Amino acid sequence: MAQGTVGREKPDARRIVKISLSYGALILLTVVFVAPIVWMFLTSFKTNPESTRFPLSWIPREFSTEGYRPIFRAGSDAPVLRYFFNSMIAASAHAALVVVTAAPAAYALARMHFRGKGLMFAVVISTLFIPHVILLTPNYLIVDSLGWLDTLLALIVPGAAGALGVFLLRQFFVSLPRELEEAAVLDGANRFQIFIRVILPLSKAPLATLAVLSFLTNWNDFLWPVFVTFSPASMTLPPGLATLQNAYNTNYPIIMAGGVVASVPVIILFVIAQRYVIEGVSRSGLKG
Amino acid sequence: MATQQAEQPRAGASPPPGKQPQGAKRERRDFIGASPVTPYLFMAPYLVLFFTFVLAPVVYGFWISLHEWDYLLPGKPFVGLQNYVELFTPGSVTSGPFWKSMEATGKFTLYSAPLLVLVPLGVALILNRKFPGRTFFRAVYFAPYVLGVAVVAVLWRFLLDPNIGLVNYYLGRLGLPDGIPWTTAVPWVWVTLVGVTVWWTLGFNAVIYLAGLQDIPRELYDAASVDGANAWQRFLHVTIPGLRPVLLFVVTVTILASANMFGQSYLITNGGPGDDTRTAIYYIAETGLRQFNMGSASAMSFMLALFLILISIVNFAFFRQRED
Repeated sequence: MAQGTVGREKPDARRIVKISLSYGALILLTVVFVAPIVWMFLTSFKTNPESTRFPLSWIPREFSTEGYRPIFRAGSDAPVLRYFFNSMIAASAHAALVVVTAAPAAYALARMHFRGKGLMFAVVISTLFIPHVILLTPNYLIVDSLGWLDTLLALIVPGAAGALGVFLLRQFFVSLPRELEEAAVLDGANRFQIFIRVILPLSKAPLATLAVLSFLTNWNDFLWPVFVTFSPASMTLPPGLATLQNAYNTNYPIIMAGGVVASVPVIILFVIAQRYVIEGVSRSGLKG
Repeated sequence: MATQQAEQPRAGASPPPGKQPQGAKRERRDFIGASPVTPYLFMAPYLVLFFTFVLAPVVYGFWISLHEWDYLLPGKPFVGLQNYVELFTPGSVTSGPFWKSMEATGKFTLYSAPLLVLVPLGVALILNRKFPGRTFFRAVYFAPYVLGVAVVAVLWRFLLDPNIGLVNYYLGRLGLPDGIPWTTAVPWVWVTLVGVTVWWTLGFNAVIYLAGLQDIPRELYDAASVDGANAWQRFLHVTIPGLRPVLLFVVTVTILASANMFGQSYLITNGGPGDDTRTAIYYIAETGLRQFNMGSASAMSFMLALFLILISIVNFAFFRQRED
């Protein structure tokens, strides 16, 4: 492996030692990061007694689906399958809502002139710096008065009001060359047509980034769903895991099976859309 | 995903919205085929959300904090600043637990933020070199962040179980003390909460550092080498100054995320032992949304917000000063 390292210089002894040490550290760190996740997967396929029997073993001696059966059964008191579909619906709808509302607003802020634009932009951006804790109680009451308590709407809509999407997309739209829009104007297109036919097709990457990040954020959100959902019909996986942990206390295969169900979709999404996730995260830190 | 982490980009980098270089020419072009209403139609859907769930709640929350607002009772009498005064009155119902929870938040931030700023920087420096497999390692270190706090906390509570957990099991195999009460006794609970948080979010900060490192021009390092700077001097005089804006971002976001810690303590330690690890957010959420004492909870949330804003300002001032 060391040979493949970009080596403009000749590989001398010191260099080889240095490279081995770096790889050693990286691999050790990899074990620390991967082992717990592997342990979760393997435990979910053990029988309950085996999951805590000493000496602990990594590979299940007896492959078992005992951990999955109670949480997938209809009428289960821990309906993880239901939580799973709730999470899917909420996260997908949330991501769609963020993109559909943020994109036109960001475009107007990037390219159009209108009264109050400067003020609107300043107010929207300044809320990025407001600690979200102050929204907790009032939003609970607002969601309640809309009749959304203990429904998926409470998980889908309020979070989409965040300013991050508008901010990221505006930065991108500002950087697009104007000539494209000018050509479309000469062809007789109006603002709406330009936005749909010229701007959006050019913005697939940032739109995908925003959608993926919004999906992940919503899928993993914990504090808000813990307090605004109470019944299995509207509960998502994160609060569902908390109830699973309480209900099955020491039945670790069941609890780990719940963890696996909550992890597999986001791990798959991360593997497929890794570029967008990591791009999005680094962009939020840099170009802002 | 730690929502709060992803939601704090720097606004400073954006150009002032009003400035338009080619003024008149653009003005004319913008209104071709567009009525003056068009921009507002584009803005409307987002503004409805923004007004309903961000702007109005800020005002509404302050209004609530001026009342004895019990969700379950019909009367909600106006009490002025009494909810705030009570927080500063020793012996009142809320002041003791509130400051205790602020102390827990402060401790957690103090213990976790330095590690979360420094360890990912080290990882990013290693990953910044070109070598086979670097994108693989980057993805592996980032992976726990994708899992979200609920999975991470439930998993680590199992791994750290004093009796049947994998961590104590291997400690015992190595001949070390194998009965450490990771989730039930001080100071171990802090080691647990900090360690789990580092495991969970290290990759997030590392990825941000990496992007910052890649923006530092290669020529600066070459020039420093020509001037005879060794690796440490290059780090001190090229890397650190080049990373300053990214460092400001990472420090600010990390402190705010740590100060907003909730899930780890809710699921791993249940705020215990006693209420030693019950953080401010935890106590505020319990007070407002479980006991429905919303007036007090709102007042507390504004106090916490004030602290967080002050910390951010101090941060900005510190980095600004260093720049001069």
